[in-house]
Amino acid sequence: MEDIIVCEGLNKYYSGVHALKDLSLKIKKDSVVGLIGDNGAGKSTLIKILSGAHQPDSGHIYFEGNKVKFKSTKEAMNLGIETIYQYSALIPEMSIARNIFIGREQTQYNVGSFGLMKTKTMQDDAMKALTDVELHLRSPDTPVNQLSGGERQGVVIARAMYFKSKVLILDEPTNHLSVKETNKVLKFVEGLKSQGVTSIFITHNLSHVYPIADHLCVMARGEKIADMEKKDTTIDHLTDLLVNG
Amino acid sequence: MSKNFSLRSLLVRPEVATFLMFLAIMIGFYIANERFLDARNIRIVMGITPEYIIVAIGIAILMISGEFDLSVGSVFALVPMTIVQMVHQGIPPWFAIFLGLMIGMIVGFVNGFITLRFGIPSFIATLGMLYIARSLTTVATAGFPPPFPHILPNELFVYQFELFRASLYWALLVAVVLGVMLHRSNVGNWIYATGGDQNAASSMGIKTGNVKMFCFILCGFLAGFAGMIQTFRLEAPLPSQGYLLELESIAAAVIGGVSLFGGIGTVFGAVIGAILIRFLESGIIMARIDAEWFRAGLGSLIIIAVVFNTYISRRATRIGQNKAED
Repeated sequence: MEDIIVCEGLNKYYSGVHALKDLSLKIKKDSVVGLIGDNGAGKSTLIKILSGAHQPDSGHIYFEGNKVKFKSTKEAMNLGIETIYQYSALIPEMSIARNIFIGREQTQYNVGSFGLMKTKTMQDDAMKALTDVELHLRSPDTPVNQLSGGERQGVVIARAMYFKSKVLILDEPTNHLSVKETNKVLKFVEGLKSQGVTSIFITHNLSHVYPIADHLCVMARGEKIADMEKKDTTIDHLTDLLVNG
Repeated sequence: MSKNFSLRSLLVRPEVATFLMFLAIMIGFYIANERFLDARNIRIVMGITPEYIIVAIGIAILMISGEFDLSVGSVFALVPMTIVQMVHQGIPPWFAIFLGLMIGMIVGFVNGFITLRFGIPSFIATLGMLYIARSLTTVATAGFPPPFPHILPNELFVYQFELFRASLYWALLVAVVLGVMLHRSNVGNWIYATGGDQNAASSMGIKTGNVKMFCFILCGFLAGFAGMIQTFRLEAPLPSQGYLLELESIAAAVIGGVSLFGGIGTVFGAVIGAILIRFLESGIIMARIDAEWFRAGLGSLIIIAVVFNTYISRRATRIGQNKAED
């Protein structure tokens, strides 16, 4: 299988702190990659670079074989890399439909990049997008703050699917979720593979990502300390790496 | 069951609660004095209300985007004062109006620039502007309020029709245009997203700084436009015009269901909030209650509205949490 993302020698400093040290990584298409590491291991720095939110101080990123340099998250999103941040992926007070289309509203009567939203189409498409990830909610007008944590992750994943993301970066998607809700989210992520979506699953909880991951990458102190196929490792070995670095 | 639910979800909409509060107050004062709702009193109240409606809409949209503007009262005085003084200097009326409204937008821009560029609370940036713009207004009078130049086209904005003034139609136009923008356009979606959760909005590619800047400029423009209407109505540019208006317009927005934390509110709510305040004032006078009670009434309304809205939003969040525990 070909690689969808290749990172070569990425370095990032934050006011003198070497947050990411010479990181190289290959991510295979249509796989689930578990990116694990304790707090401060550099996981967030890496995903911020991959999502275009921050720029690396040195190193290169290749996406589908082409060298890319993201100046903003919008640029990464346009290529099909969508990032779901732990706390801030949805606007709690806004409806499901409006959340799904934030920044990518379907509009008519446009003047430049401004226009009136096609509310009905957006509602219908929102429901379709939810059904596609097996999430059955009552109405696209329900405010997101009335959904459970797992349902919210489902909405975010439905959004990424709807906009045909090729790579989905999930930042701690199972944090603060009950066991049942966690399983729901894991099922969503596993379902992505068959739909041609590559996911990078960031977590410090190995037991969440291990069952669904194809590939695992362990980070510590800004460096990659292990990078292997699941079949070549065991959960005990990974736990040992995670704890002892 | 589903019908039941939709009625309940309608009742928990903050602007609907405001509307009910509005009806209650109207009925209450009508019982106290029948003349409260006769044509004469409605003409008086609705003659002055449009100006407050326009400012309240600007404040409401800015608050929904997550920022404040305390300088609207001062801009409300500064813009008409500069228009009048420019006309006295021989600048053609329409060009003076154009330049005056530009000043309102520039003040909004400066408010936004200081807030966003230096990352300070807009509460502070615009508090400074409150004093600066008021001071400039007084300086512009050169110590003595100038006479109103009658070549200004004031009839176009304030002509008294049978019941309403032209200014009410201008206010309605503002409300409809900005209501459509806020509730139906993609810009409106960005404003709600920015005020609801700025990090989430920018991670979805929304330029939240630009969105807020737009709201600041819009708010400055509307404050200046409304101030111009008041001066045109009174045919006198007063440097004290719009004193304490910043608090009253925030009150109107809050009573109308706009959240102090951004992300929640409607244009309709702000309009009702502004009308409610003016009828409250009139009702207290008509009911022969000491007019000093107006502020006590207004204060109570603000507190009731915010307590109610907080209760509603807590409940909504609890629905989500309960579901998570199922």
